[in-house]
Amino acid sequence: MCKKQGKFTYITENRPSFIGYGSVVGKKEHDGPIGKEFDEYNEDIRFGTKSYEMAESKLQELALKHALSRANIKPDNIDLIFAGDLLNQCIGSTFGLIDYNIPLSCIYGACSTMGLGLGLSSLMIDNGVLNISAVVTSSHFCSAERQYRFPLEYGNQRTPTSQWTTTAAGASILKCDSGKPYISAVTFGKVCDLGVKDANNMGAAMAPAAYSTIKAFFDDTGTGIDDYDLIFTGDLGKTGSELLYELFSKDNIDIRFKHSDCGLMMFNIKNQDVHSGGSGCGCSASILNSYIMNRMLDGTFKNILFVPTGALLSPTSSMQGKSIPSIAHLVNIRKD
Amino acid sequence: MIKENEYSVLVKKHSKPSPKPKDFIMSFVIGGLICTFGEFLFNFYASFDIKGDILKAAVPSTLIVIAAFLTGFGLYEKLAKHAGAGTLVPITGFANAICSSAIEYKNEGFIMGVGASIFKIAGPVILYGTAASIIYGIIYYLIKVLGG
Repeated sequence: MCKKQGKFTYITENRPSFIGYGSVVGKKEHDGPIGKEFDEYNEDIRFGTKSYEMAESKLQELALKHALSRANIKPDNIDLIFAGDLLNQCIGSTFGLIDYNIPLSCIYGACSTMGLGLGLSSLMIDNGVLNISAVVTSSHFCSAERQYRFPLEYGNQRTPTSQWTTTAAGASILKCDSGKPYISAVTFGKVCDLGVKDANNMGAAMAPAAYSTIKAFFDDTGTGIDDYDLIFTGDLGKTGSELLYELFSKDNIDIRFKHSDCGLMMFNIKNQDVHSGGSGCGCSASILNSYIMNRMLDGTFKNILFVPTGALLSPTSSMQGKSIPSIAHLVNIRKD
Repeated sequence: MIKENEYSVLVKKHSKPSPKPKDFIMSFVIGGLICTFGEFLFNFYASFDIKGDILKAAVPSTLIVIAAFLTGFGLYEKLAKHAGAGTLVPITGFANAICSSAIEYKNEGFIMGVGASIFKIAGPVILYGTAASIIYGIIYYLIKVLGG
């Protein structure tokens, strides 16, 4: 049974562990600095489907397929999937996971969805509500452009602070187990809004959310930056990461040397023309379920914080002139 | 937590601004080249003894068709990335706005997809362009009537 510690943090007791993980990406992501880490990629941006939305669904289906084969279990062994994406009504998840015939709970936390899903899943497993559970999230550059911005062929200029939505999906399968990397603590974030209105500067909008959640976790657990190998934020990009350093420097904490941002890891930001870096639900999810998990298993990392961040805007709220509320959820992943 | 106004100072400090001088020069050069090409077309058609209204319609029509093709092949967006307003302001930008929407919404069908969304970007230009021309027309009419 998990117990609450401090104001926002839950400590698990029964080691909800990553028994399977999988990742699928598009070609641009495969061409990036860590492209070889992913299980599968496709030259075809539509993944053999007729639309970008269905391509995103395909990404989720394939990511879960890889996770299942690593876990060496069948779909009906899974009690419940937590899944999410950036599309209206979560169609990336519903259409992608329909054929597995597993109970599904669609969740939304924008690009923080993987953290939210892992948090919910691990606590339910820890408390014995679920035996095996999966978490899947995805994003697709083209479907996100359609959802939030302009048609793909429309000629417009991107600002230096804008980010590139990653075409990727990641899936994790959790179960109480020993010997595998496990989630030892979860901190759910609060919605933060410091008045950033520029939808082309989401890193700036999300940095305060990352700061707030990491700070809450440190306060609740009485730990500090030196206790962890690395902190992985989701997709703050270059601008957001620098702002996160500024926010921590006000507390006299330097996290620079213990911080990696999945949005900055995904692409070569100089040569791949992604401006401030990658973004999207699939960005942190695919990196967690490839690069990070591979290194947890080989012992490179033993104790990390995974903190994906989400910008909770919609095209409607942006058009109505609202600022961008953001959220970050934290999971502490350990390997003994 | 930091105050909103304090944070906005930090955001400004770390958010790299758009390279304005470069953007201005590129838009001037590429936009200028498109217009020069239009002039070339004008003289080219005129050399075939095409005159008056037909000549005035032939030049933009040709530019629109070329922009539509470039949009379809995904080349216009590559040019626009560097040209900015240089590809947005000429009539080719209008063609790009309509064609890119048409391609984008094809999957949703020809009625509620292409039909309903083709003017999604160009719509404001059409609406306010028409409205402005009506106001201009009324002013012109009043000046003519009152001024004799």
